[in-house]
Amino acid sequence: MAGESVNVDQWRTRIYRYRLLGGRCRECGRAFYPPLPKCPYCSSEDVEEVRLPRQGKLVSYTILYSVEEGARRESPVIVGLVDLGVARVVSEIVDAEPGTLKSGMAVEAVFRRLYEEGDEGVIVYGVKFRPAPENTS
Amino acid sequence: MHNPFKAGAGIHGWGAYVPVYRIRASEIARAWGWPDHQWKALGIEEKAVAAPDEDSTTMGVEASLNAIARAGVDPSRISAVFFGSESKPYAVKPSATIIAEAVGATPATMASDLEFACRAASEGLRNAMALVSSGAMEYALVVGSDTAQASPGDVLEFTASSGAVAFVVGPPKGAAALVEAAYTYVTDTPDFWRRAERPYPSHGEGFTGEPAYFHHIESAVRGLFEATGLKPSDFDYAVFHQPNGKFPLKVALRLGFKPEQVKPGLLTPIIGNTYNASALIGLARILDAAKPGSRILVAPFGSGSGSDAYAVTVTDVVEERRLRAPRVDDYVSRKIYIDYGTYVKFRSKVRVREGL
Repeated sequence: MAGESVNVDQWRTRIYRYRLLGGRCRECGRAFYPPLPKCPYCSSEDVEEVRLPRQGKLVSYTILYSVEEGARRESPVIVGLVDLGVARVVSEIVDAEPGTLKSGMAVEAVFRRLYEEGDEGVIVYGVKFRPAPENTS
Repeated sequence: MHNPFKAGAGIHGWGAYVPVYRIRASEIARAWGWPDHQWKALGIEEKAVAAPDEDSTTMGVEASLNAIARAGVDPSRISAVFFGSESKPYAVKPSATIIAEAVGATPATMASDLEFACRAASEGLRNAMALVSSGAMEYALVVGSDTAQASPGDVLEFTASSGAVAFVVGPPKGAAALVEAAYTYVTDTPDFWRRAERPYPSHGEGFTGEPAYFHHIESAVRGLFEATGLKPSDFDYAVFHQPNGKFPLKVALRLGFKPEQVKPGLLTPIIGNTYNASALIGLARILDAAKPGSRILVAPFGSGSGSDAYAVTVTDVVEERRLRAPRVDDYVSRKIYIDYGTYVKFRSKVRVREGL
């Protein structure tokens, strides 16, 4: 039986990706994503896991026309910076035609496939963002 | 009335999901050069197409989050997750655990994927109701989700679509809809199947209509009527499995229902056949709008073959619950049209050699 290598980090961090959990520093009060053992702003180790808001605003985005191997079906790939109020997240922006995106538009979290570990490996899932319904309807 | 459930069970929350992408049936006909008379009788305007980063698991997660939001239940109180699909992302590895983990129901929960063509999720519903009404657990989550496959150029390509539905089943107290009775009818009938390691399903010529769809749904519904004493005029709504736009109306007429009872739950003409979500997303749409006290007949069907008939009554709490998540129509009205080329790209129908 072939032993496929599994990316252990992806497994350990699945709950953060699946449920959009971030970290919050009890010292300086700031939130961040992904959760880390130390606050990236003040280096305090007094951090806790928090559920981040699933709604935010698109700050800025870029469009990748030359995509990673395995992502050709998804080309072009849009990567955005999303402001959730308490923290900012870098995420793929999906279900959007590139010409319709504007900075400041409302976006919401969705659960999607991030990538596959090859044809026979694990499918890695996590959160991405899409334009909120008020933008598209 | 005959009630097969000891303590009863109800639907506390319901949730749906339909992908944003649509392809018009006329665009599929254009690609294959089909004349109108070959496809217009299917009663399909357009169908929903999953994005390339979607699968039955991701769609099931969104429907589940909507159902849990409506139920207002802490997901850690869900003790079973049943996932019904015929388009599982893995041949071996449960989608139910991925969904359970994403919604926060892990680790103290049962979780399994069920297979019965388009009625696997309905079997999940029967299991969930049995577990809840027996007192084995408080809440169970049932998910039906499919990115239905169709061989390019096959008539199935006009209807096979993508969508998901989920229900939180719990005790009668606090339920938005009570399941009064259920009746299941199954036989070994080869109307539609997909062999292992084959990408596309096959349908048994001459088997899909009368011996499969009509015989099983009619038998299940008549069985329910016999067991309960109910009749078509006792129902405000009737929702049947919807492989196309015409079969549900035909089976309704044959059972004595009127088209007005069927149309509110009929979604296939505008989103296609979502397989495991087909009849149940129709139920979700009815729960989005039905008045308290309404009675709904629900009859999913799965090839191979079998059907379940349920009598469902809407309670007073339905109105506040429906405000807690997007309605089926919110998803139906959100759409981006794609052409046939984009459709084959999205659904992996073209072979790509990457890394060059």
